[in-house]
Amino acid sequence: MYSNDMKFLESHEWVRLESENSAKIGITHHAQELLGDLVYVELPKIGQQITSGDSIGVIESVKAASDLYSPVSGEITEINESVINEPNLVNSDPHNSGWLIKVKLSNSSELDNLLNLEQYQKSIG
Amino acid sequence: MKRTPFYESHINSNGKIVDFGGWALPVNYGSQIKEHEAVRTDVGMFDVSHMVISDINGIDAKEFLRYLISNDVAKLEKHGIGKALYSGMLNDNAGVIDDLIVYLMPFGYRIVTNAGTYEKDIAWIKNVAKEFQVTINERRDLAMLAVQGPNAITKIGELKSYLKERLLNLKPFTAIEDNGWLYARTGYTGENGLEIMLPTTNASNFWQLLVDNGITPCGLGARDTLRLEAGMNLYGHDMDETVTPLECGMDWVVDLNDPARDFIGRSKYTELKNNITNSTQVGLILEGKGVLREGQKVIINGQENGKITSGTFSPSLKLSIAIARINVKTEKAMVDIRGSLEPVKIVPLPFVRNGKSLVS
Repeated sequence: MYSNDMKFLESHEWVRLESENSAKIGITHHAQELLGDLVYVELPKIGQQITSGDSIGVIESVKAASDLYSPVSGEITEINESVINEPNLVNSDPHNSGWLIKVKLSNSSELDNLLNLEQYQKSIG
Repeated sequence: MKRTPFYESHINSNGKIVDFGGWALPVNYGSQIKEHEAVRTDVGMFDVSHMVISDINGIDAKEFLRYLISNDVAKLEKHGIGKALYSGMLNDNAGVIDDLIVYLMPFGYRIVTNAGTYEKDIAWIKNVAKEFQVTINERRDLAMLAVQGPNAITKIGELKSYLKERLLNLKPFTAIEDNGWLYARTGYTGENGLEIMLPTTNASNFWQLLVDNGITPCGLGARDTLRLEAGMNLYGHDMDETVTPLECGMDWVVDLNDPARDFIGRSKYTELKNNITNSTQVGLILEGKGVLREGQKVIINGQENGKITSGTFSPSLKLSIAIARINVKTEKAMVDIRGSLEPVKIVPLPFVRNGKSLVS
């Protein structure tokens, strides 16, 4: 389910380019496993400017709350309403239909600073 | 990490093992919410072998327990052998050292105390016991399995058919003994069910028998959401040594009926009981966004008035609930969730009992 077109933060967010300067962001399969059943997702608003490394939302499972960090900078162009209504979509399909936000990148070279698949998989052991 | 007699069974059932106060125990076996639902609608089982089982005997056993704990074990005799009692064990300031269940069985008294409080409990109990002729025998040769849910007793009755009648006739907070096994109609979920103490040598076979008969293994995660919905305290969260029974909904397990009975904490407790400024335990239901969590502040009329002691998302009610300690009587409050004030409704506990929501 992990694919080579994804880049990662050590804090378990993934980002995937959809077009030249637009990317989707979500949390990894490993992250959803650690969190357990998700029950609440709080996402930034469309139009909001975000900076890489910022805490931009909260993911809550039955067990605990966890911050969502942005791997990139830019403007929020879309949020996944389906996961707001049904947070466990992130559990069942974290890398596809369980995506969280779409961002118009202000600096796509930031992607080069992120972990590639091999590095991420090494980081989670 | 210490392992219970069911450790291999958890691995075989795909349990996700975590460090729970030094014990290797499963937090879930896949989905905490499905496990929760199994207990509310059918039957689930929990390994609770980390809890501490001790048998108390000797000519002073009864007087010792009447002094050691807040509830009065003299009541057990009125009901006869096989009766159980929930109680607090208090310190001199009436703070809760631990909560426990005491059973009166054919072999004498048995107490079950918490795992996380093991060291201090043992030190406290042994110290108090110096003044009494009693023996305290820790039963690490026993495992303990909670089998809970509307179908729990019927199911165990089918599997232990020679005990079926006796199991089906068990009243709440009573127990039977059979060949070294103890079956008690007690639990920590708000559902009907049993807590079964059995020889460690039988543990893995019994687990497998239950799995083969469709009983869902449930982890610590589901145990926590079930007990919170049932409005039951978790030691170290909803109460501890700085909290008196008056402040954590344990007033009903302090028995003052016999004026001649002295017990540890009685005088301080009596003094505090007449003090109207005690804080009280309430339930909270989140009306705003997010999930209520332990430690979040409760705000009433713009002022911090108390704290959440346990909070979660309730799988049965599909909203967030919490247990909190506050200082005033009111129906509405706000909770500070990461800097955002969200409205909550204040309700009596529990939230759920026997599969039914008690929240209007």
